[in-house]
Amino acid sequence: MTQTMTQLDALEAQSVYILREAYRSFKDLVMLWSIGKDSTVLLWLARKAFFGHVPIPLMHIDTNFKIPAMIEYRDRFAKEWKLNMIVGQNVEALKNKQTFPDGGLDRIGCCKKLKSEALKHTLSGEWPRRVLNHQTCEYDIQENGQAFTGVIVGARADEEGSRSKERYFSPRDRQNDWDIAEQPPEMWNQFNTDFAPGTHIRIHPLLDWTELNIWQYIERENIPIIDLYFDKGDGKRYRSLGCAPCTGQVDSTAKNVSEIIAELESGRFANIAERSGRQQDAEDGGGLETLRRDGYM
Amino acid sequence: MVQLKEKEIKEKSGTVSQRELQKMNIVIIGHVDHGKSTLVGRLLADTHSLPEGKLEEVKARCAKNARPFEYAFLLDALKDEQAQGITIDSARCFFRSDKREYILIDAPGHIEFLKNMVSGAARAEAAVLLIDAHEGIQENSRRHGYLLSMLGIRQIVVAVNKMDLVDYSQDVFNKVQQEYTEFLSQIQIRAEHFIPVSARNGDLIADRQKNMDWYEGPTILQALDEFQKEAAPVDQPLRLPVQDIYKFTSQNDDRRIVAGQIETGQVHVGDEVIFYPSKKRSKVASIEAFNTPVQTESFAGQSVGVTLAEQIYIQPGEIMFRADEPAPKTSTQLKINLFWLGKEPMIFNKRYLLKLGTSRVPVWLRKINTVLDASELSTELNRRHIERHDVAECVLETLKPVAFDLTTEIAQTGRFVLIDNYQIAGGGVVLDMATDQIDLTAEHVQQRERNWRRSRITSHLRQSRIDQQSTLVIISGPAGIGKSEIAQLLEEKLFDAGKQVYYLGLQNSLLGIDSDLSNENLRDEYIRRLGETSHLFTDAGLILIATVSDLAEYELNVLKTLNQPSDTLVVGLGSKTLSAGLLDLELSSAASTEKAATRVADMLTERRYLPEYYL
Repeated sequence: MTQTMTQLDALEAQSVYILREAYRSFKDLVMLWSIGKDSTVLLWLARKAFFGHVPIPLMHIDTNFKIPAMIEYRDRFAKEWKLNMIVGQNVEALKNKQTFPDGGLDRIGCCKKLKSEALKHTLSGEWPRRVLNHQTCEYDIQENGQAFTGVIVGARADEEGSRSKERYFSPRDRQNDWDIAEQPPEMWNQFNTDFAPGTHIRIHPLLDWTELNIWQYIERENIPIIDLYFDKGDGKRYRSLGCAPCTGQVDSTAKNVSEIIAELESGRFANIAERSGRQQDAEDGGGLETLRRDGYM
Repeated sequence: MVQLKEKEIKEKSGTVSQRELQKMNIVIIGHVDHGKSTLVGRLLADTHSLPEGKLEEVKARCAKNARPFEYAFLLDALKDEQAQGITIDSARCFFRSDKREYILIDAPGHIEFLKNMVSGAARAEAAVLLIDAHEGIQENSRRHGYLLSMLGIRQIVVAVNKMDLVDYSQDVFNKVQQEYTEFLSQIQIRAEHFIPVSARNGDLIADRQKNMDWYEGPTILQALDEFQKEAAPVDQPLRLPVQDIYKFTSQNDDRRIVAGQIETGQVHVGDEVIFYPSKKRSKVASIEAFNTPVQTESFAGQSVGVTLAEQIYIQPGEIMFRADEPAPKTSTQLKINLFWLGKEPMIFNKRYLLKLGTSRVPVWLRKINTVLDASELSTELNRRHIERHDVAECVLETLKPVAFDLTTEIAQTGRFVLIDNYQIAGGGVVLDMATDQIDLTAEHVQQRERNWRRSRITSHLRQSRIDQQSTLVIISGPAGIGKSEIAQLLEEKLFDAGKQVYYLGLQNSLLGIDSDLSNENLRDEYIRRLGETSHLFTDAGLILIATVSDLAEYELNVLKTLNQPSDTLVVGLGSKTLSAGLLDLELSSAASTEKAATRVADMLTERRYLPEYYL
């Protein structure tokens, strides 16, 4: 065995360390799983960190506009990997059609309702959650769930501007506000794992990963990834997954993981933002900043 | 649209490791307005690393707002920053040279944001420090240099920027180079290169123009490529700070896994290992991992899990090392170099939290030797507190022993942070073990005994009436070996012989006096309360019997000290966690309960704790 670590080894070791540090420090911890490639890698890293187990509940915010294959995929692996799976939704907004494009809202307004608000109230336990029952394989309604104060998120620094300013452990105050200038320092492998009552922490184990790293790791570990990322013959694929009405495909004939890696390495996408297919970004002049300050992940 | 042919794709998809480029973190630092963001923006633009349309987009936004375009705006992606024109946090950007992949960390130069600069720099392997040729060396040019040395960053390039403002003068450049070289030598740093640049014009960043023909050294980009990747410290002694101990019993997994990231050295299955500060020993039985082939060794940098041959009680925060390699230090007194970033000054008599390796221990400031003004490198004596941005040499005292190394020996386990008001408020390195050991527990007991309100019925009176000498008997050993059975039988024997005796079971303590204890510091607080409770029982003249799993040496010291002035006797049952010299009686785990209890009773008689005890 050679005693050198590849870049992927080093990224993996660091992310595992961060996940274990989070698990050790926070009792009310949850991990967001959007079903996309990044948070699925994150979930895989949790299995690495905890030797095949996932002792942290997973939360998915279902906007009801997700591509149906995503829900099937989620439930399949939630069962297979025995995940403590929690689903949240803004039932009220959906009922009142406060949505885009079929309701009265623009894209950003819709994101705020179906994602930011749903997330906030599902995290706090104010809104009912659906929790996977592994006996019946159905989701049970859970009222008055525990409030989660530590939230693990798969954000990467290379995605867009505002994300490059995150810490591995980022405190948010009571109002969910992110005060960029006042973030406490982090150094070496020491993070801010203590926090004042009423505040909570976002944890970003994938901050140093790039889009290419993600795909290389998926290939190396043979992680089952949803096939929406692959071209199925029409010369188009998703590069970033979101809600059906606001997520566009890119022109690509990459049919599997290694073809995606080759495509990224060819530099074909080097000058096109990864989230270019996500149309809410374009409406928000400062990148995702407005949404992120509001708690968007 | 570029279509990759199947053959091309095949060629490109070799094994992952072949295709991986080396990756390096570089921090860009320097005084405010000396042009860090401009340099980074320029590097990205000149190496064609910007997303398509980004340059045009920012230029258009500037035109719309009637502001001159600057390369710095490319990075200052957040609205706040553009409004203020200064970098608030360390933004990260990615780019590639022919040699490797870089993460550039653009650290803020404004003094207000020093903590953000530290966060940025602590992640870096090398640094580019900017000095404005026009303005010369400023306060933060020095302060940042000093912090680099403390953070352990040894590879530095100095960029003398804004050469266009001084007519590309070689004299100006030489003067800055000479002055700053002198400063760096005082803090044991040698810059690899001094490079004259104009970030705004892109001169000597990635390209070479005609303005500075007198300079023959590398461009910034070339200098970055010259930095050496630091090898993982596999040749140093093993240091594995224990992050956590897992047992996922509810998932039908019986492995008890000690998890952590190896800081230095290597470990193999079969290695004899010791944990500090508890001084417990065991042997590595296996190395555990998910979705990998079976491993028999692990090395520095890896996040691992090991199982042990003997199940010993250890805690997160301990350092595991190899019995055949030099041990770390363990102490409650650390002489340190500290830089303080907290809003509130660091003061005496206030409780802080020390995080060193994976340990988290309450700590107090005991002594300030000197305070250094990092910007001037002048020292002050006789200071009573440490202000924000001060660098201080001082002495800390921890509530319980911590394991560590001196920064000069093993850097990774010789550095720490301090928490004040829930946040990291300072960081530093361990210079030495302080010699004037003060024992906090002993100090407490002295004070307790001095102020104890005694009635006319003294402990001595009580003891002579029942004709016994009050004492605490601790039975220690691995969990589940039958300690409490022995304790109960011993209690019965002594009771039947007419003695005043009480067995305090762990379960009962947890149900009552310790029912509020949870999480990590449970064990230490449990030991403290057991010590104070024992003191009450022994003060009342009783013989108290208690069992503790895998008692560590420092825990025994705490119990003994708290139980003063009465004696404490330790019985080791099949235990290897305490050295034989600390035990009053050593029993084999094979001994029957009856025999074990009898031997403890005999010892009490021999030592005259029970003058008239006969079986």
